[in-house]
Amino acid sequence: MSTLVQTPDTEKKSVSVPKPYWNPYLSGIGLGLVLLLSFVIMGRGLGASGAFSSGVAYVMEKVAPTHTKANEFYGEYLGDGSKNPLKDWLVFEVLGVFVGGFISGALGGRIKKKIEKGPNVTDRKRLIFAFIGGALMGVGAKLARGCTSGQALTGGSVLNLGSWAFMMCVFAGAYALAYFMRRQWL
Amino acid sequence: MMAPFFKYGMFGDEVSLIVAFIIGIGFGFFLERAGFGSARKLAAQFYFTDMTVLKVMFTAIVTAMLGVYYLSIIGWMDLSMVYLTPTNIMPQVVGGLLLGFGFVIGGYCPGTSCVSAATGRTDGIVYLLGVVFGIFGFGEVFPLVSGFYNSTLMGQVTLPQFFNLPYGVVVFLVVVMAVSAFVAAEWGEKNMAKKAEAKK
Repeated sequence: MSTLVQTPDTEKKSVSVPKPYWNPYLSGIGLGLVLLLSFVIMGRGLGASGAFSSGVAYVMEKVAPTHTKANEFYGEYLGDGSKNPLKDWLVFEVLGVFVGGFISGALGGRIKKKIEKGPNVTDRKRLIFAFIGGALMGVGAKLARGCTSGQALTGGSVLNLGSWAFMMCVFAGAYALAYFMRRQWL
Repeated sequence: MMAPFFKYGMFGDEVSLIVAFIIGIGFGFFLERAGFGSARKLAAQFYFTDMTVLKVMFTAIVTAMLGVYYLSIIGWMDLSMVYLTPTNIMPQVVGGLLLGFGFVIGGYCPGTSCVSAATGRTDGIVYLLGVVFGIFGFGEVFPLVSGFYNSTLMGQVTLPQFFNLPYGVVVFLVVVMAVSAFVAAEWGEKNMAKKAEAKK
């Protein structure tokens, strides 16, 4: 969003100023209501990592059909082959997440090509860590049968035992490693 | 009219995909509003300087939990028809720890990295590529780890069932825990800000 700022010599200059984020409790209620709506309408909660599993299974099936069909994990996402694995609830939901994130970012003047990091780390190092972190997250989310959305948020609010154990472990793991990662963020 | 609507056959699969897209928009919108498109803001949670992750997550959990609970009490929603992922406790504990490592190393979780990528952040896009690579790696070694993946199955089990407590009591305890965590978070943030100020 552009804001017109009066400079001292009355010359008008357009500067892009990102708006502040919402109050966390307000955003939390919004997120909770979306989750509740999903329970009420669909009888299921939110997710994210599952959509990428469908994507990976879809591509693998195209690239190496026999190899992929023999794999139980990919099979879970491919089904019996009667329908396109991308015609999946989570895939459409995650497409929405991209759109929703973009809308909110655009309204808040926060669409910007940049790298989020602390001041003491190079771009290159940050991107390498982003990739490693993402890969660990991919493995962890598959092992745990869901990520922060599918397990922590969704399972958490319907008091699923495994989801609560999972959530505690996410925080424990992150805090345990935080000290070693401090140069990247602080 | 009884919820969940889809489970009572109010609409079919095709419509459910449109619903998925719309719900996803809401999900992404509020994630971005909270500031979760920024890895730096997310990671600050683990240095106690900005507790937004905890506040947003627990507010969302409490909101949805209370909604589901009260709708089921007044008889508008059949809680038994809401899908509950079966618990495999050991893989979930190990998976949770790995996810925690990935969170503080990479700065995102899968959902928040979508929002980050959608708002132009390069690290969010690279992180997503990492997620895809991790899932691919897991898929390829799946035959070797499937034993562990399927181990310690406890079935569909909730905290009230496990601790043998009434559902409402657990709901109440979660609310108490969340509110205590919010109070502690607000206090901690102020404390950290003071410390940072003193350093200058």
